[in-house]
Amino acid sequence: MVPEIGADAAPYIIFIAAIFTNNILLSNFLGMCSFLAISNQIKASFGLGMAVTFVLTMTATINWVVNAYVLIPLKIEYLQFIAFIIVIAALVQFVEIVIERFSPALYFALGIFLPLITVNCAILGVCLFMVRRHYTFAQALGYGVGSGLGWMLAIVAIAGIRHKLRFSNVPKPLEGVGITMILAGLMAFAFMGFAGMVDIK
Amino acid sequence: MADQVIKRSALLKWFKGKNATTMLEQVWAENPIFRQILGICSALAVTNLMKNTLIMCGALIFVNVCANMIISALREFTPRRTRMITQVLIIATFVIIVDLFIKAFAYEASKQLGAYVGLIITNCIIMGRAEAFASRNSVRLTFWDALGSGLGYSVVLIAVALMREPLGFGTLLGYRILPAGFVEWQLMVLPPGAFIGLGIFIWIGRAVAPEKVEEAPK
Repeated sequence: MVPEIGADAAPYIIFIAAIFTNNILLSNFLGMCSFLAISNQIKASFGLGMAVTFVLTMTATINWVVNAYVLIPLKIEYLQFIAFIIVIAALVQFVEIVIERFSPALYFALGIFLPLITVNCAILGVCLFMVRRHYTFAQALGYGVGSGLGWMLAIVAIAGIRHKLRFSNVPKPLEGVGITMILAGLMAFAFMGFAGMVDIK
Repeated sequence: MADQVIKRSALLKWFKGKNATTMLEQVWAENPIFRQILGICSALAVTNLMKNTLIMCGALIFVNVCANMIISALREFTPRRTRMITQVLIIATFVIIVDLFIKAFAYEASKQLGAYVGLIITNCIIMGRAEAFASRNSVRLTFWDALGSGLGYSVVLIAVALMREPLGFGTLLGYRILPAGFVEWQLMVLPPGAFIGLGIFIWIGRAVAPEKVEEAPK
């Protein structure tokens, strides 16, 4: 299917690959729901992208630690899904409380999108991919940050195109989601041009 | 007139009843993929091979039906504030069961599907139906609703796979169906093919499916 990034790659290579060649949205199809819902406004897309990047960085590192120091020593890897989703839910709640306390302006700007990050599949997806590919801590960190930035890049770019598209004549049933999917397809096509930029197996 | 026909056949009567209406509405008129736009991630990721698509559909239907029935049974006892996490935990439990089952009986497919089985947890169809239907309806009705949304998801996925596998590999379920001279259309296997293919299906689905079904005669 999609080329996997080598397990022994340097963290910065994984970081760059996660943004361009193995973009979490355009090559792994994760985080589509909020992508389709939010990508009609550039500002909201950017805010959500920032929040997702932050949560992704935190969850990737915390879940790496949980997996390596709790689940594997206790031999309860089959509880991985539950452990990861609890960490994600708790972290999103925590981030929400902190932002509300220290920066009410940002809190209101993000609004409903913040709690919805819990069910954003990009977050859980990154954690699961990271474990499957046996990343080290530094690689997991690079992958988490890179995936978040890559997701933000894709959603902001699509939001820009959809902004222009408002004045175009799109067939009625294709409006909204349909045309966005086709746009994403063309963008995934364009992103394939980055293949070969970094070493991929 | 119409009433007599309904009385004559128990099956037909069932089809006019609330159970079936709830289910059929989810399959077609309120299709989770092209009407409600839920569960898109896995719809794109697994549809380049029919076999993986079928396994994924089976897994989703199982998790959707079981998790939603339990959520519905517990709806009186779940405090509103902890509703979300309760639902996620119930769903995750069933996903673990499915994951272990696929690993045990279809190891090859489990390797190909990779993390996408685990990602059923965040599949918005399940959360969406739990929130919109299971948390306020009886267990029996929830069963039909969950089965319907699972089938609605499967219909679209199978249709997309039916296009992507033959065009991309020249095969269907691993058997060659297109002539040997056919040049495989690589694009269909790769991510762009998934986006464009599903985009076209959403277009067709929205153009063909009615906005809302009529009320079933009582």
